[in-house]
Amino acid sequence: MEAQTLPETKGLPVRERVRETVPAQLLARNPERSAFAVIGLFVVVLIALYGLHDVAQTGLNGLSLGSVYALGAVGLTLVYGILKLVNFAHGEFLTFGAYTAFVVNVTLGLPLVIGALVAIVTTAVLGVAFERVMWGPMRARKAGLLQLLLMSIGLAFLIRYGIQFFSGTEIRQLGVDRTETVSLLGLTLGKSEAIVIVVGLAVLISIGLLLKLTLLGKRMRALADNLDLAETAGIDTSRIVLYTWLLAGGSAGLAGVLAATVTDVRPELGFGFLLAIFAAVILGGIGDAFGALVGGLVLGVVIEWSTLFIDFRYKIVVGFVVLILVLIVRPQGILGKARTV
Amino acid sequence: MIELVAAFQPPLAVDLGALTDLNFLIGVVGVTAGIYTIFALGLQLNVGYTGIVNFGQAGFMAVGAYAMGILVVKTGLSFWVAMPLAIVIAVAFGLLVGLPSLRLRADYLAIVTIAAAEIVRVLAQNARDLTGGNQGLSCSPDFVCYDDAWRDIEDGALDWVEGLGWADPEPLFPLFVVVWVTALVVMALLYLAQRTPWGRVLRAVREDEDAARALGKNSFAYKLQSLGISAALAAIAGFYLALNVASISPKEFEPLFTFIGYGVLVLGGLANYWGVAIGSLIMWTLIGGTRQIDLPITDEQQAALRFIIVGVALILLMAFRPQGMFGKREEMVLGD
Repeated sequence: MEAQTLPETKGLPVRERVRETVPAQLLARNPERSAFAVIGLFVVVLIALYGLHDVAQTGLNGLSLGSVYALGAVGLTLVYGILKLVNFAHGEFLTFGAYTAFVVNVTLGLPLVIGALVAIVTTAVLGVAFERVMWGPMRARKAGLLQLLLMSIGLAFLIRYGIQFFSGTEIRQLGVDRTETVSLLGLTLGKSEAIVIVVGLAVLISIGLLLKLTLLGKRMRALADNLDLAETAGIDTSRIVLYTWLLAGGSAGLAGVLAATVTDVRPELGFGFLLAIFAAVILGGIGDAFGALVGGLVLGVVIEWSTLFIDFRYKIVVGFVVLILVLIVRPQGILGKARTV
Repeated sequence: MIELVAAFQPPLAVDLGALTDLNFLIGVVGVTAGIYTIFALGLQLNVGYTGIVNFGQAGFMAVGAYAMGILVVKTGLSFWVAMPLAIVIAVAFGLLVGLPSLRLRADYLAIVTIAAAEIVRVLAQNARDLTGGNQGLSCSPDFVCYDDAWRDIEDGALDWVEGLGWADPEPLFPLFVVVWVTALVVMALLYLAQRTPWGRVLRAVREDEDAARALGKNSFAYKLQSLGISAALAAIAGFYLALNVASISPKEFEPLFTFIGYGVLVLGGLANYWGVAIGSLIMWTLIGGTRQIDLPITDEQQAALRFIIVGVALILLMAFRPQGMFGKREEMVLGD
């Protein structure tokens, strides 16, 4: 149902009124350019106030945070867009990946790279497993949005507290040296942060290219648009759904490992990231994998920039405020197409 | 991790005697179940009767509890003046969240409201001068505590009960009575409100918002009212929660508690106010009861096990009986 077809009612148009303002009109006409214009202006003001070095340094920090958001967001947005599932258990996929890497890396004493690979594979399998036993059957039964939402919350409890049952609430560290730093162009960065940025960006670009250039990406977009129609058009939807979960689980597992590399391993790890990941998803437009990548990176950088002028303890609030602002001004996302929300 | 294999041994002893213990029934289950009945009645009004997926209830509860606590402890206001003011503040916050977001689709609304609740919690955690941070808020340096007024009443009530011949009464008994009387009054008021024209419009908004709008009803205003009332109920639940614990601290307002509220809601069933009380009693007996059972696992594992049970129950309930115990199946379907 299109928003324009709704009957005009007296006293209603709070958002409509917002739309009439000039910036909002500009935003509606050219969301991407206006978004980048706003960010550009923000950067110029920040540089003027705090100097190029600090802005670049915090921006670089933001890229490591943003890589985690973006990797988390790409899977969440695909599942959200294609299967219409608001998966509150997605954060727990990150946690699961982090703990898997911990077991391989610390308990078994193998290199972290192996840990990350195992985490990607097991989390991808976990995603597919829940699709088979839960989400697939529930879709077949035409379960409603709230029903699936609450089910995903139940699943989040099961995974998070299942992990807590076996390994306790103790906060652990992966086997990385967090004291080593690297310097680049006068900026310093923790070695683990640098690795997170490099790995994160490399994987993100690969996923982005995969979805933009291959038939798989095209088919995923077709499913996101209209699952029934895609099926009628001869697309093997169950296979695409399978790939979606593999991609969602795998990327979330890696996001969890990267998150644990720069923070720590604890049962609430993933849930702590979930809302920011939702913010990245909405920023990029739901179902838009490429948008989620950009949204995650932008969000990470903006959050770190915010520490220039507000207490760093409140930086996560900035993420939530961005989320709410985007939903108010442009709920379909900065990169999303105009559609009903 | 290997030593945890022991956890798979069967339970050795189940102390069922504890389940009939008065302290357990009143203190562990009774008071908390009552508080969460009030809390989830707001959710019922929103989700079950208006179709608003409010995931910020724990945040509204936090605003109410902190507003009351701060007004009493920091400004020296009387508890009785602070409470209505705190309700006003919580409602204002509810409206602030609702104004931009109530027009959004159900899933977006859920995300916005949970984000708003998390903003409140993170602020409460870090604005230490005002809220005491993670230590919590209880008394001012010169020992003015937010629960002073209540403690006087409680002592009087306990003396009175003792005078009636109940030797050594359960200390939480007065709070238990007040919480449940409030819950029942709220339940009755909501039940009656649902039978007024106002209540019928709410239902219409839930069933078919376009139809309600076509009939000239300002559906947005009705949704806003629904959210405002829910925030007020969350604030009241927050007061009782504050009286039930020694200090108001951020960990009482994690999103987890909103999710438990939804568990309560769907256990009892949507669009049924009486079911909320039953759902809450079952939920907290489940959560409190697993604390009483003596399993050969650590306390930490037992705590985790409680929420595993809640999670599995939620999954199974949604899969096989989404309408809950007393709800109608069609109520689970929200138009979008």
